[in-house]
Amino acid sequence: MEQQTAGGVVKKFLYVNRRAPYGTIYALESLEVVLIGAAFEQDVSLAFLGDGVFQLAKGQDTMALEVKNFSPTFRALADYDVTKIYVDEEALQARGLREADLVIPVEVVSVERMAEIMESQDVILSF
Amino acid sequence: MKFGVVVNEGPYTHQASDTAYQFVKAALAKGHEIYRVFFYHDGVNNGTRLTVPPQDDRNIVKRWSELAAQHKLDLVVCIAAAQRRGLMDKSEAKRNGKDADNLALGFRISGLGQLIEAGIQAERLVVFGD
Repeated sequence: MEQQTAGGVVKKFLYVNRRAPYGTIYALESLEVVLIGAAFEQDVSLAFLGDGVFQLAKGQDTMALEVKNFSPTFRALADYDVTKIYVDEEALQARGLREADLVIPVEVVSVERMAEIMESQDVILSF
Repeated sequence: MKFGVVVNEGPYTHQASDTAYQFVKAALAKGHEIYRVFFYHDGVNNGTRLTVPPQDDRNIVKRWSELAAQHKLDLVVCIAAAQRRGLMDKSEAKRNGKDADNLALGFRISGLGQLIEAGIQAERLVVFGD
């Protein structure tokens, strides 16, 4: 899995996002790791499972919560060459969401495919 | 084997820090290497020297400090997470105009890059949390 390049070791990093965006800080602090980690030129993927799919929902309005809406930040991921974004199909469906309801282009995958994606990683950080 | 360890929950509330400590101790006893222990989210609270647990309970922070001294462990507290939660060393306290610092012996404050680097350098990155 891990590759050697002129610049050093390149590992496959998967960030697994499982929680809704504002009830806890995990989603925000996960995104902070992804953005910092992008500077390390690793092979990065993101996965969204369970309530984590709500992180990507369009039209988030957090004004009444007095919490910063960080969902626009996901649109910056492409600028960091983070484009492998996998979303669990069942999680989306169970929450009445479709791919078109999400703030960035994603690949909607089955649980079987998600398992394969996880299997192929070197490092998995789960939030 | 060379392990990296991540602790994502605070002391006493959650077992993550206890389990990580037991894992690190057991791994060292078996001759494995601990490349780094990285404290993130509420896990940064494992690095405050101001905890005073009841005398008949374990002292989680002191335990980490002692293990670090014994084995030259690299205990790293995430700076972004630490600033949110009021954890700082002397230089951070000065930089932010605070009147106190609270980082325990054996811990250091650094950036999230240290977490990524642990993922790259270690053969296994083991995460403790929910």
